[in-house]
Amino acid sequence: MRISSFFYTLRQGIRNLFRNKWFTLASIATISACLFLFGLFYAIVINFQHIVKTAEEGVSVTVFFDQGLEESRIQEIGEAIARRTEVADIRFISAEEAWESFKQEYLGEYADGFTENPLADSANYEIYLNDVSMQSALVTYLEATDGVRMVNRSELAATTLTGVNALIAYVSVGIIAILFAVSVFLISNTVTIGISVRKEEINIMKYIGATDFFVRSPFVIEGMMIGAIGAAIPLGVIYSLYNIVLQYVLLRFPMLADLLSFLSVEEIFNVLIPVSLGIGIGIGFLGSIVTVRKHLRV
Amino acid sequence: MIIEERFRRSNTNNTKKMEVVKSVAEKRRKRNTALPNEIITLTNVCKAYSTGAPALKDVNLHINRGEFVFIVGDSGSGKSTLIKLLLRELTITSGHINVMGYDLARIRHRKIPKFRRNLGIVFQDFRLLKDRNVYDNVAFAQRIIQKSNKEIKKNVPSILAIVGLAGKYKAKPKQLSGGEQQRVALARALVNKPTVLLADEPTGNLDPKNSWEIMKLLEQINESGTTVIVVTHNREIVNAMQKRVVTLKKGVIVSDEEKGGYIDED
Repeated sequence: MRISSFFYTLRQGIRNLFRNKWFTLASIATISACLFLFGLFYAIVINFQHIVKTAEEGVSVTVFFDQGLEESRIQEIGEAIARRTEVADIRFISAEEAWESFKQEYLGEYADGFTENPLADSANYEIYLNDVSMQSALVTYLEATDGVRMVNRSELAATTLTGVNALIAYVSVGIIAILFAVSVFLISNTVTIGISVRKEEINIMKYIGATDFFVRSPFVIEGMMIGAIGAAIPLGVIYSLYNIVLQYVLLRFPMLADLLSFLSVEEIFNVLIPVSLGIGIGIGFLGSIVTVRKHLRV
Repeated sequence: MIIEERFRRSNTNNTKKMEVVKSVAEKRRKRNTALPNEIITLTNVCKAYSTGAPALKDVNLHINRGEFVFIVGDSGSGKSTLIKLLLRELTITSGHINVMGYDLARIRHRKIPKFRRNLGIVFQDFRLLKDRNVYDNVAFAQRIIQKSNKEIKKNVPSILAIVGLAGKYKAKPKQLSGGEQQRVALARALVNKPTVLLADEPTGNLDPKNSWEIMKLLEQINESGTTVIVVTHNREIVNAMQKRVVTLKKGVIVSDEEKGGYIDED
């Protein structure tokens, strides 16, 4: 395609937007609403996942050793554990460190009465996981390891967090699929009306010898532009609202600030901008290409 | 400004205008010598619509390059069907149809645009784009075949000068008379330099004076080497112009005469 033809097609696509401006506005508004919901949902989900991830990072498996196990064997076990893919971090807690921590946490000044370390056999490894759902597999491995006396784990935390993650994933996919279908339908309607409005012009184009591509391109551009504008508006709105809402929530519920950690607007928009624009332009493209193929027999 | 300058030159210099016509004719003559003489061939063509009624029955028609042919007949005689078959808007039910070397019964869908670029078409109702001015209506045909802006700026003023509308290039269709609108339609059909010009009732909406002017233009276009096929009801024009006349009646060619006249139904 010549550059002049490309710009002509682009101009026609833009003109189409203004030719049936009410339908264009209706389509943009609905796609904006859909993608606003998507953005909002994404911001909530991604924050929730971040909170869950932070919580997951705090879930650890503790491994205790047989009495009198040699230090070299303990080191060997530690190295083997560290090599496993599900392990994010491993820390060795010596018997002395365990006792110090226990004293500070529970005994305070009463600890002075102890002359010996009552937790002499409490040296352990604290293991942090990449993914809590892998906890069972690791525990099975650890329990079968020679020299391991006991494995402590938080089964409830692991299953709850895994379940919440899965639920979030399913709900996200469901909502996105519905929004996707609604938007494709709307764009398709707008393009259909555009085609009927321009039927005469399309007929003339066909008689003169326009290729299918040349006839269809302006409608596809129109659809893609509706999608892009429909995506840009909610991005702007969410960008403006996010910090305001976050500050309000933290001010209203100060205890949340200690319990939960929220993502910054930049962290969210690094993903949300390309994804929203991709979805907007994608559904614009899909909606218009399906419609021109159906209604434009050239 | 550049366009206005082009129009000024085109408008004020009739010698140049004729030179354009001559150069187009010359180019066409050169091109035509390389191609076979018979440009349209219909052999035993039948066309039946899904309703079952045959629109054309066993039609045999041969048109040579550079001919001027009237297709006449009453309503329902099959004239419009014939034009649609020539444009490959419809496909034949049986027989063979060849236009400019294209077998229209077998032509692939993606080849149709290329085929149509060699045809010019003019309709009774002009079919101009109402939201665009004269210049843009004509330029539209060039944009569709993806001519460069430079070529468009050169070709459109020339063709508008030929049809006598150089001074009205900014006017919208509704500001023009019927005759002028048909001239714009003619300019649009000619700007891509078609080998064959199909005119479907080009004078149907025009008064006698404008009808004659359009027919003169068509004759002039034919003299420059373009094959012209005119479907018409206009008895006076057909009888006066003394061209080849093909008469259709109920889907059958009942007469095909060189320098013929309009045959009455009865």
